[in-house]
Amino acid sequence: MANGSLANEVSYLEYQGKHKGIMGWLLSVDHKRIGLMYLMGIMIFFFVAMTLGVMMRLEMLTPGETIMKPQTYNSVFTLHGVIMVFLFIIPAIPAVFGNFMLPIQIGAKDVAFPRLNLFSWYLYMVGAILAIVSLFIGDGPADTGWTFYVPYSIRSAQNVSITTMAAFVLGFSSIVTGLNFVVTIHRLRAPGMTWFRMPLFVWGLYATSWIQVLATPVIGITLALIMLERFMGVGVFDPALGGDPILYQHLFWIYSHPAVYIMILPAMGVVSEILPTFSRKDIFGYKQIAISSLGIALIGYLVWGHHMFVSGMSDTSRIVFSLLTFLVAIPTGVKIFNWVATLYKASIKFSAPLYYVLGFIFIFSIGGLTGLVLGALATDIHVTDTYFVVAHFHYVMFGGMGIMFFATMHYWFPKVFGKMYNEKLAIVACTVIIIGFNTLYFPMFIMGYMGMPRRYYDYLPQFQGWHILSTVGSWILVSGIVFMFGNLFYALLKGPKASMNPWGGTTLEWKVPSPPPLENFDEIPIVTGGPYVHDKATYIMYPSKEGINANGGVKTVNQEAAL
Amino acid sequence: MSEQTQTGELAAQAHAAHGDEHAQGHGHNVSYGTYFLVWLGLVALTAVTVTIAGIHLGSLTLITAMLIAAVKTTLVGYHFMHLKYDNVIIKVFVLVCLVIFLTFWILTFSDLSFR
Repeated sequence: MANGSLANEVSYLEYQGKHKGIMGWLLSVDHKRIGLMYLMGIMIFFFVAMTLGVMMRLEMLTPGETIMKPQTYNSVFTLHGVIMVFLFIIPAIPAVFGNFMLPIQIGAKDVAFPRLNLFSWYLYMVGAILAIVSLFIGDGPADTGWTFYVPYSIRSAQNVSITTMAAFVLGFSSIVTGLNFVVTIHRLRAPGMTWFRMPLFVWGLYATSWIQVLATPVIGITLALIMLERFMGVGVFDPALGGDPILYQHLFWIYSHPAVYIMILPAMGVVSEILPTFSRKDIFGYKQIAISSLGIALIGYLVWGHHMFVSGMSDTSRIVFSLLTFLVAIPTGVKIFNWVATLYKASIKFSAPLYYVLGFIFIFSIGGLTGLVLGALATDIHVTDTYFVVAHFHYVMFGGMGIMFFATMHYWFPKVFGKMYNEKLAIVACTVIIIGFNTLYFPMFIMGYMGMPRRYYDYLPQFQGWHILSTVGSWILVSGIVFMFGNLFYALLKGPKASMNPWGGTTLEWKVPSPPPLENFDEIPIVTGGPYVHDKATYIMYPSKEGINANGGVKTVNQEAAL
Repeated sequence: MSEQTQTGELAAQAHAAHGDEHAQGHGHNVSYGTYFLVWLGLVALTAVTVTIAGIHLGSLTLITAMLIAAVKTTLVGYHFMHLKYDNVIIKVFVLVCLVIFLTFWILTFSDLSFR
């Protein structure tokens, strides 16, 4: 360690190591700084993709051409999807808050492989730059949609190769982060932190990490095959050469459906953190929630075929995948019921994070239940490739992961930055966001049911009323989001100092200063009970002062290097 | 290896054990002859794959190709990637990955056979 005594006397934000200024960030292997670097990147890409989304809604304000040509519209929805999925939704909670909170929540000084952690951020940035570069070089941005379906992605004259390359590199970043988290959770838990004493956010990250490690390589290989098809015409997906285009859809969704759970499981983990804190009671059904995360990860692997019901897949497979899809609703339902039961007879404190969580439960329930409409064979055929699907996945992804990302920012803002935001303004922003969200996306369910196809830049006049309502919703939503970020940004600059534990949380991150010191803990704590016990202490923060030899505190070689 | 784990002592033992395994892994003497034979086997199997591709086996084509590929993968994993000399836990990890891969494969290709 460079400055032995200094490291834990100042916060990670103020600590001056070997490198100063911007290099102190770009070369830092501290998990908290890396988390914040991810936050910077992710926020920028979120705003870019959000702007593209607003442009799409403006185009749909009137039938025919409003602000862009059809080809531009195709590229805009492709980039909106690619950026949102690969650069925001997948990495947001694990890479930002997973990185920041995971080691602290399990009582560790850093992740298991800090250098690998920094490497994964650089991979993320390289992937992001490739995605942006694809906009400006070659024959124009990709126009295939974020799914890159063959045969169009093989034949398209647009810049598909670089965009797929970007997704390929981003996949590596995801694998590396997942691997790091799995090892960290297995090897670096504090003494006494058994598996069922881990915070549920850690359980969510653990299930997610396994999906990242095991499923992401499949998309990597699949995207590499697209490039082989484009450059060498190997024929894996070309029927004329003995290939099978439906095989592409299988391979794509083998990853991309579990990816939905990469997106949502960490968000569900945060729900399970926020609810006990603001309910002032232990979470209802801890073990069931923990195991349901693994259940979702496991079953989530086997349901990809429900994206392909009208692809020409065999009837037998359609029935099997439909059945499996219904099964995944069970562990999800377990979580929802346990969350609601946690609130029952609780001493609830209504704060901004809890408002977001309640909004999430409402929105995600709609998203989940409409998923069953799509999981059932007969109804799926009616609404396939319509706005119903667009509404459903925005309710699940944005309503689920996006809203929870906002909740997470509010919940851990005092811990990450050591500042408090204006609570009343945060609640106003949350209300505007939830109203805007439903105004934007709910009309899409109706339009989809009525037959409005997705990915069309034009539409029949009878849909215009719903499109206008939806576009107005996008304005309300964006206003709420800008307002929310404005409130947080103001707090960052001028907010009052946050205490160590402003919410009365019970997990380990609330036992260290806000913001945390470089190595998180002066001593590795000892865990003596569950994570959400409110009426007694379940951590011994200074074992040596109590005469306990916990055999802790010795840094790993990697952690040593981190300093 | 960290000593933060609740089983710090065990971790240290495991670390030491791993060190031994590691030493063993590098210590085993595999002759160039063995590697050459494995390589010859791989080349022969590739030739079989190419030959069979020209014969019309109907629904057996896919299974035959996959079986040959599985044998080749096993040879590479066992000999070139030193799985043969590795720790049991590493073998278990590989096995888990294979089971997952097999599940993907069965679900994907059962679609093809029922189409």
